[in-house]
Amino acid sequence: MNFKHKFVFLLPGLIVLIGILIFPIIFTVRLSLSGWNSYNPGLDFVGIKNYIRLFTDDPRFWESFFRLSFLAITTVFLQYIIGFFLAHVVWKDIKFKRFFRVLFLIPMMTTPVIMTVIWRTFFHESLGPLNDFLSIFGVQPQWLSSPGLAKISIIVVEVWQWTSFMFLLLLAGLLSLPKEPFLAASIDGASPFKKFMYVTFPLMAPISIGAIIIRLIEASKIMDTVFVLTSGGPGTATETSSFYIFIKGLREFQMGYAATMSFTYLIIMIISLTIIAKVLTKVLMKE
Amino acid sequence: MPKLYTFLKYFCVILWSCFVIAPFLWAISTSFKDFNSVTGGATYIPWLQFEPTLDGWSVLFKPGSQGGINIIGPYFNSIFVTFTASFISIALGTLAAYALSRYTFKAGFVQNNDITFFFISQRIMPPVVLSIPFFIFLSTIGLLDSLAGLILVYIVLLMPIAVWIMVDFFNRVPKEIDETALIDGCNPFQAFFKVVLPNSIPGMIVAGLFCIIFGWIDFFFAFILTFTNVQLLPVKIVALNSSITPWWSLSAAALVSVAPLIIVAFIVERFLSKGNLTGALK
Repeated sequence: MNFKHKFVFLLPGLIVLIGILIFPIIFTVRLSLSGWNSYNPGLDFVGIKNYIRLFTDDPRFWESFFRLSFLAITTVFLQYIIGFFLAHVVWKDIKFKRFFRVLFLIPMMTTPVIMTVIWRTFFHESLGPLNDFLSIFGVQPQWLSSPGLAKISIIVVEVWQWTSFMFLLLLAGLLSLPKEPFLAASIDGASPFKKFMYVTFPLMAPISIGAIIIRLIEASKIMDTVFVLTSGGPGTATETSSFYIFIKGLREFQMGYAATMSFTYLIIMIISLTIIAKVLTKVLMKE
Repeated sequence: MPKLYTFLKYFCVILWSCFVIAPFLWAISTSFKDFNSVTGGATYIPWLQFEPTLDGWSVLFKPGSQGGINIIGPYFNSIFVTFTASFISIALGTLAAYALSRYTFKAGFVQNNDITFFFISQRIMPPVVLSIPFFIFLSTIGLLDSLAGLILVYIVLLMPIAVWIMVDFFNRVPKEIDETALIDGCNPFQAFFKVVLPNSIPGMIVAGLFCIIFGWIDFFFAFILTFTNVQLLPVKIVALNSSITPWWSLSAAALVSVAPLIIVAFIVERFLSKGNLTGALK
């Protein structure tokens, strides 16, 4: 085949994507070396001053990063367990299979930020239905204004929202599995539990890895939920990296420093996601 | 033992179903309340526990000058931006995915997989990282607070999804299809547009659905990059969430805004049950 054609197919997309992105990326790097803030807007050059500040003098950034890791890993883990269970149940014949499939898909179709607004009223301490229900047991937890419960609230909303995406990816995977291994296992008289452990789960390993990585990528961007539900509060108890960068950059207008954090954060994300992908591949593929 | 298992299975499924439905039921109930029935504590059943009114719904369609919220403009903005950006992403993404699936590229150490990864890796970018430079970029070229500016940004969000789904899809379309067309005397473009493309419609629909979902549910870029000229639906609704929140109109607006995509859930399920989605989503 003539080599010219392939570029006609590939290049429009590639050029548009690079064309839109090239300025923002270069600009972020340049901005991170400047002291742009609201008193002094402009691209002056301050060297690596911002990076020194980030690495030596800003525990809040690193706290928000570890908080983000905790939230992302917890929510994705829960989503994987619940999503796999639900997908496995509606994979085979149960009553109203298609009804449940549609129902389980719905949360991912809804706008997170809008559903979070609803969740916020749901968690409301005196007027919300959750505490109304819990008052039967005589407790009135402060869902959004105590540090521990605020984290749990965010986890609940994230799990509600995104388990359906995990469910979709895993169900699509289950439906694409070949039939022969299951037939062989049935002939050998394997119990349902053994069938799951030795046939279904290993066959699903590559799909599981893909789904977990995709969800980790998306979960690392948690922002909408935090923004509406708690605004990072109480204090900084639910502040994630994205939210902290947002505050510094677009609320306090320390653009230069925010760019430094953005760039550092991006590098950390790319490295850690690559490592996680490699480790997961090793662990899940071996079983 | 099997009986216990079946019972547990249904129990868990129904429990999860309740969890999924709960916020919707709460929103539906709240949307028919007024100030007094909201501040009086949590109530659920209309007529029995509170007197339902349509205030929360009617205020959505009144212009701002009459104390309304008027979500119709933002609604059409959202639809326009989502569909345009999805269409462009699918068109460009499908072409690129076809090239990546059928031809070999090599430039130094860069190969097909690396180019595919480059496309998909754009999803790793946290919106906040891009928002600051995009803000300055769009204001430089005069597209801040405009539909065109938002569409540009959404293409970056959506094209990775289109490429991801379409590369997998084309990898499963047998190569013989295009080879036969080429032997029959088509040039590569004719082979693509006349033979491959008509066979790829299921894949493109799936990719399109995902682009629409992820375009429709975005909030952050619309929040940062638009102010008053152009408002998208999520921004408009979140703006209601201020100190004195009108829970009733907020709930009504939320329901109106999530309704269209519920239809998408039905379509996705159809594809899933017919087996068309399986390869497209691995």
